[in-house]
Parts: sequence; C-alpha cells; structure tokens
Amino acid sequence: MTCWETIQAYAFRSIGLGENLLPRTDFTLCQQVTLIGSGMIWNIYFGVLALAFGFVLAVAVALAKSSPQPMIRKPAEWFVFVFRGSPLFIQFFLAYEALQLLPKAGINVLGITVETAWTTRAWAGALFVLFLNTSAYAAEIFHGALKSIPKGDLEAAEAYGITGWQKFRRIQWPTMLRLAWPAYTNEAIFLFHATTLVFFSGFPAFRQMGDALYYANYFADKTFNPFIPYPIVACYFIALTLIVTGLFALVNRRLNRHLPSNVKSRIRLRPQIIR
Amino acid sequence: MFDACADPKSIEGLTWAACYLTSGKHIDFYWSFVTVLLLLALTAPAALAMGFAGATAARSRFLPISILGKGYAAIVRGVPDIIFFLFFVIALDQGIEYLKSLAVCEDHAWPWQGLEFRVCPEAKVPLGKSSAFWHQAYGFGLAVFTFAIVFGAFAANVLYGAMNAVPRAQLETAEAYGMSHGQVFRRILVPQMWVYALPGLSNLWMILIKATPLLFLLGVKDIVYWARELGGSKTQAYEYPHPDWRLWYFLGLLVFYLIFTKVSEIVLARLSARLSHGQATAAGEAQRKAAA
Repeated sequence: MTCWETIQAYAFRSIGLGENLLPRTDFTLCQQVTLIGSGMIWNIYFGVLALAFGFVLAVAVALAKSSPQPMIRKPAEWFVFVFRGSPLFIQFFLAYEALQLLPKAGINVLGITVETAWTTRAWAGALFVLFLNTSAYAAEIFHGALKSIPKGDLEAAEAYGITGWQKFRRIQWPTMLRLAWPAYTNEAIFLFHATTLVFFSGFPAFRQMGDALYYANYFADKTFNPFIPYPIVACYFIALTLIVTGLFALVNRRLNRHLPSNVKSRIRLRPQIIR
Repeated sequence: MFDACADPKSIEGLTWAACYLTSGKHIDFYWSFVTVLLLLALTAPAALAMGFAGATAARSRFLPISILGKGYAAIVRGVPDIIFFLFFVIALDQGIEYLKSLAVCEDHAWPWQGLEFRVCPEAKVPLGKSSAFWHQAYGFGLAVFTFAIVFGAFAANVLYGAMNAVPRAQLETAEAYGMSHGQVFRRILVPQMWVYALPGLSNLWMILIKATPLLFLLGVKDIVYWARELGGSKTQAYEYPHPDWRLWYFLGLLVFYLIFTKVSEIVLARLSARLSHGQATAAGEAQRKAAA
C-alpha cells in the first residue's frame, strides 16, 4: 500500500468511513500519522462543541454567581465547586455509570418514547460532561472578570442614565470579555488537552472509532515502541494549540481595538493541566 | 472481620452493611486511599525539587543550561499530560531494562525487534519470579517518577516567575554589601521568592490532587481500580451479591476529592496569609491596614 492509498483508506477511520480493519502487522509511519490524525477529528469535535455550548452556560453561571440573591448565587457556587473541585476523570466515570442506569427501553414522556441508548455513547455523554466541566472553569474566569470591571466605568454609565440590561450589554459585557479573554484562551487550550481523557475513562470506543490518543495507544501496544506514536500525537496537539492560540488572538485583537497599544492585554500561556 | 460475618448470606440490614464494608476487599480499597496520599506525599517534594532545579537552570548564565531549563518547562506545557503519563511509563520501563541488559545480558542485541521489545530474562525489572508486591511497588515507583517529571516542569515555570518577581533592588542591595552570586541566591532570592510562588504552587497542588486518578491508567491498583472492581455487579456466587453499584462508589470518590480540595484550599489560604505577613505586597499591605 502506498502512503496515498493509506491516507484514502484511513483518513476518516475514526468516524467510521473507509477501511474498517485496522492495520495489524508491518506498521508504517504513514499509517500511524494518518490514523492518529484521523483520531484528531474527535478531539476537535469535543473541544469545539463543548467550548461553543460552554461559553453560553459559563456566562449565565458567572452572572448567577455575582447575583446578590442567595437563591440564585448558591446553586451557581455549588456547580462551580463540584466541577472544579473533582477530577474530570472521575466525572467521566460517574456520568457513564449514571447514564447506564437510565432504562434501556427508553423513557416514556407524555406518550412519546425517548431513546436513551445514545446517551452512553462518547459523542453525546462525554460531550455533555466536557460541556459542564468547561462551563464551570470558564464561569470562574468570567466571574473574576466581572468583579474586576473598573468601578469608575460603572459609575460613569449610571451617571449617563444607563442602567439594567443596557448597562450590562454596553458596559459590563464588553469589558468582562476583554478582561477574561487571555485566561479564557488558556481554558480553551486545556479543554482540547482534556479531550484526550474521553476514551481512557468510562466511555468505551465504539467499533474502534477513537480519538488521537486511542490510536496512539493502539500502536504503542501493538509495536511495543512508544517513541513513534506518542510524539506524533504530541506534534498534532502542539499544532492544534498554535491554531487555537492564533484564532483567540484575533478575537483578542478585536476586543482590544479601542485601546492604546500599551494597555492591551496579551495572551500568555499559563500552566493549568489536568482537571 | 467479625464473628457475625461468618455466613454473609444469612444476615440482613445493618449487620450485612457492616460486614460488607469490612470485607477483605474493602480493606484493600481503604488502603488504596493511603496509596493515593502516599503518592501525593512523595510526588509533591520530588516535583518541587525538579522544579527548583529547572528554574535555577533556566536562570543560569551559561546558555546551554539555560536552554535546557527553559526547554524542559516549555515542552511539557504544549502537550496533553496524559500523553506524557502513557509515554514516560513505557519509555522509562524500557530504558531501565535496556540499561540493565547491557550490564547483565550476554548478547547485546538491539532490543526493539519488529513488534517486540526483547531483553534477556535476567534483565527484566522486576524479575519475572519476583512477588506481586515488587511488581506493584515498581509500578508505583515509575508513577511517582513520571508525576515528578511532569509536575516538575510546571513547578519550574512557577518558581522561575517567582524568582523574577523578587524586587531587583533587594538583589542589588545584597550585591552592594559584597555578597557573591551564591550568597545572594541563598540568602536573599530564595527566602523572598516563596510568597510570590505560593499562588502558583497552590494551584499546582490542586491540579496534582486531581491528577491522582491517572494512577489507574498506569496500572497501579488505586481507588479507581477498586471502585470499579467492588462496584461491579456480583452474582450469587459471591459472598455479598449485589447489583451494579459502581455509580455509588464513584460518587464516594467524587466526595472524597471534593473534601480533599476544600480542605487544601482552606489550609493554603491560611499559609498564604502567614507568608504575606510583613511582606511588601498588596496582601501584606492589606494585613497591615487591617491591624492598624
């Protein structure tokens, strides 16, 4: 098999297209690069969707956490504490076991049977856990940003008669985003890193359709040589990190476009790994 | 454990629960919590030492050492940690066996042959005939070393930042008094850097706590292993038959981690207040104002 044929056969293996049988002997570098790259589809799928949905929930939770009413504030505080205080690894296991307990035949809601089998699959169940997890981490970031909005800005808004929703939309929201963005970029990067945990915790890979690390582990197990597949995953992730940083830097530039260049907030990678 | 537990099938209710929770396997489960705590107790100082070495290397004026120190911190940060965990454990294991094979084996064939990693039986670590305890201990040792390498890189980053945060004037004053570079480092820089390093290090400690379930991936019989083992549904063939209780076991682990992180948070907040006392930082200034 030439390398081009390998790419045609395995480029979309992780989503079930192309050759079904994974290579078993005579592993070539090309096969490893292609299959691991194909697994990256899952990492990007989990990362992008969890970030997109998580952003909305995170803003809501951050606002709830800054609310003066305990009825709204307390649940938000607990949500953030539970998801930030426990390992993502355990959260995956717990969610998988909990979803398994749903009745197999489906739930009857007002005469309509709702299927439940799909919730134990990684594409739905793990995405849900990642969504809640990133929401909690991002909510803490946005909450911190909301608290550090300059007092003068808010007083000026009130002096102009801008209150309530108008004040939030025109003053608090843009400043919150601008202040939170560098930290949020880090959160995005480490969320992508966290997606590698999916197939190593509760959620099993369906028909050997796994993420990049799943295939890397497959090759390392088969060849007893960790020195090729793991550096390949590492390279893919470094590339992904650079792309994410680049995209977020574009947004950051837009958020800071009205400021003189010496006060603009820069995006810096900060250490924060496992969750 | 208790006499009443001799025939578990005949007892019910609270007695059953008491017998169930003190069965031999459950005692192993409770010991595995000690394993986790032991891992933390060994890893935290080891990672701190690695981080200190890394940060000192990164500050070195000799370029290759400085590049080594900075490169160490940079590489680990760009890559998902779980890849390091999976990679280092196999790589270390094979590296150790290869070095040992050079010493004890007769033929020095290259061990990576086709689909196998082959060294002579005498070079296996631990030896094939060693007891299960040594296999477990070796696995645990590899895990501690891997954790120390990965977290050392993060600690190096924090400590490097903290060393740079110590006011320049302090060091210049020390130099003006005629102290050598080593003396400035030992007497001025290191004692003052901790207050700047503490926020980063406490963050790291929280992350380290939450990284401990990864022991399971490294093949150590830790709390996740036992939770899966004990929680799985047990048929009548077992002494204590029960349906699938894994959800409750994992819920227990979740609560354990939540309590652990909460307690750490409180202790670290106190430590931070203690270290900030009398320091020329915003926190130290706030304490001074509150007292006055």
